[in-house]
This record gives sequence, structure tokens and C-alpha cells, in this order.
Amino acid sequence: MYTQAIDLPGKEPKPESAGEQTPDQTRFDAKLAADEKIEPRDWMAEAYRKTLVRQISQHAHSEIVGMLPEGNWITRAPSLKRKTILLAKVQDEAGHGLYLYAAAETLGVSRGELVDALHSGKAKYSSIFNYPTLTWADIGVIGWLVDGAAIMNQIPLCRCSYGPYARAMIRICKEESFHMRQGYDALLAMMRGTPAQRAMVQDAVNRWWWPVLMMFGPHDRDSQHTGQAMKWGIKRISNDDLRQKFVDATVPQAELLGVKLPDPALKWNAERGHFDFGAIDWEEFWRVVNGDGPCNRERLATRVRACDEGRWVRDAALAYAAKRRAREAKQAA
Amino acid sequence: MAQNEWPLWEVFIRSKQGLEHKHCGSLHAADAKQAVQMARDVYTRRQEGVSIWVVPSAAITASNPDDRAELFDPMADKIYRHPTFYELPDEVKHM
Repeated sequence: MYTQAIDLPGKEPKPESAGEQTPDQTRFDAKLAADEKIEPRDWMAEAYRKTLVRQISQHAHSEIVGMLPEGNWITRAPSLKRKTILLAKVQDEAGHGLYLYAAAETLGVSRGELVDALHSGKAKYSSIFNYPTLTWADIGVIGWLVDGAAIMNQIPLCRCSYGPYARAMIRICKEESFHMRQGYDALLAMMRGTPAQRAMVQDAVNRWWWPVLMMFGPHDRDSQHTGQAMKWGIKRISNDDLRQKFVDATVPQAELLGVKLPDPALKWNAERGHFDFGAIDWEEFWRVVNGDGPCNRERLATRVRACDEGRWVRDAALAYAAKRRAREAKQAA
Repeated sequence: MAQNEWPLWEVFIRSKQGLEHKHCGSLHAADAKQAVQMARDVYTRRQEGVSIWVVPSAAITASNPDDRAELFDPMADKIYRHPTFYELPDEVKHM
């Protein structure tokens, strides 16, 4: 999903390696060329550090904002079983956000700065969370397709050259599989239900399919930072390759489920050994990325409100900790 | 917000009785007690642990990556510290 950040236009620092070659830079380049990991206190190129801060923090923001469309349905889940599953999933997303913020913080930025960048609109999050969850079927489709696409995207990140990011991704990928399977399971249950329930699933698939394909980011030919990110070992597989892999894996799952993917151009190409699929509406993609999707304002406003309304709790916890420390010091004296 | 940030803690989890505590990540918390509670919520949601240590990140002293060669390379040529350095007659069997 979540690697969209790397493709979005932004002030991208020029790689220093273009200029003079310091001994530090040479050692750094050699490490990456040998596929060695970079750890927090190692010397690293400034452009590498900045790119990682941008990508990891935007990945973290996506996890946190990603709780909102699903959170909408916790109180309306159709059974206690589905409710406990959804609660556990949303709690996982909070955990994923935390692992990732912690990884970003090892690069010398504070949690406050990262969160401020999200709240001011300076930092982006995955475009997919700016779409609404209109029915219960949307929750199943998010698990199956959105988390399915996220897994596709995130597995290569487990081999990312930056140690803390790679370790966070390993933990996340382990938990993500539950997300996808519970979604597919919820949809299977609905498909075995009434015609109205089956229609609900089909409607949700129709609305989510194209936004999900957009999660992989722009076409390789339009992806400006891919080359550098690959050289740095931050990105391992190109957007189009991942998208193709996702489509190929999803078509048989849709068949088994009994839904139709809303693309008349979708068909098996024996020569390529892949499914062909139709053109993506990139105008919609950029509109949503740049703030004008169906839910952008609502999502951001909800985040900012939650942060503002929780401030007194955070302050009180700090004040209480300080008071206890002072009391203990007095008793010890 | 930045000035009121909760301090950072490093979290160590013992995954099973009999094994050592292992570093698994970090989190922000107001004090040690809260750090343990939050570590439990964040890092042991799937029975990953039976015991938790938290340490203020600021309390950790680490070696400098620039000293890596100086600190660790001298051990590279001391192969006699390994049991495989010694070739004993076959008759000795297991030693």
C-alpha cells in the first residue's frame, strides 16, 4: 500500500553519490552493493535517510488512518464473532503503525514531528483509505483485496536494506495474513447467504477493485524515484510487476468466491503467462492522493480530533509520572 | 506536541520460560509501569511472550559503529579459540 510514498512527487534530495565520493559514502555504497543491512547508528547518505523517513512514516500513517474505515464497523459487525475478529484486526493496525513509527524514529526524527506532518497534510498516507466503507461487505473486501495488495507490497520490504524497517515488516507480514484470510472468510459466508448479501459483496468488489490496483502506485514508466530506491535496496520489485502479480493471484480467488471483477478487459494471456487487464484511471489516483478523494477531509479531521482530544490524557500521564518520581526521591532522601 | 512527548523505552521479551529476553522493539510511555502494560498490548498479542523487560532508551550505552574494525576485527585471526582448530587422531573419537 503503502510504498506509494516513494512514487509521490516531493522534494527529493539528490543522491550525494553524484558529487564527490567521501570515504563514508564509498563504504556505504559498497555495503548496499553487497546487500548488507544499514543500522541506525551507521553512517548513511542524507538522501537515503530522508527517503526512508518519508517512506516509513507515510507507511505508519497509512496503518493509523487505515483503522478509521474499519473502525466504523466495529459497533455494527453482524455477530459477536465478527466483532471480536474486527477488533483484533484494528488493534493490529495500531500495532503496525507503532512498529513503523518506532523504525522511523531510529532515523533521528521525533514521533511528534511525524504526527504533525500527517496532521498538517504535509505527509501523505495510502490513497486507498480515502474511500468510504458503505456496507459490511466492504470490511470483507478490505481484508481480501486491500490487505492482499498490502501483503504483495510488503513482503519484498522484509528484505529492505534498512534493518529496523525490514524487522518491522517481518513482524507485520506475519500478522497481515490473518487480515486477508478473515476478510475472505467473511465474504465466503455472505456468498453462501441470500441474493441480497451476494449482491452486496459484488457491489463492494465493484467499488474497491480499481482503487486497490492503484495502491501499487504509478506505472513504472511514470515512477520517478523507483531507480534510486531500487539501488538503495529500499524497493525490490517494480510497481507494475507487483500489480501484475496481485491480479494473477486474485482472479482465481474471485472465481472461487463467485464474484466478477469489474474489468471487461480482464482475460488470460497465454503468450505472456499473465492476465491482461484494463487501463487504470490515473486522474482519479492523483485526485485522491492530492486530497480530493471521497473521504480525505473526513479522515484527516478524525485523526486530528482524536489527537487533540487525547492530549489531556497524555499530559496527565506525564504529570503523574513526574509526581511519583518526585515523591520517591523525597522518600529516599 | 513535540515538547510533551512521552519518553522512549526499549522492549525485551522472553518468548518462553528457559529462553533469554530478546530485544523486540520500542515504544513511548510516561513511566516504566505504563511501558510494561503497553509492551504487553503491542508485542504479545499472539502469546509471543511470558515476561517483559523495559529499559529507558536513553539509559543504553552502545558501541560506536565506527569502532567496529578496532573492536571486532582482532578476533578474526584467532582461529585457535575454536575447537575445530585442533586436529586430533581419529582414535580419540568424540572430544
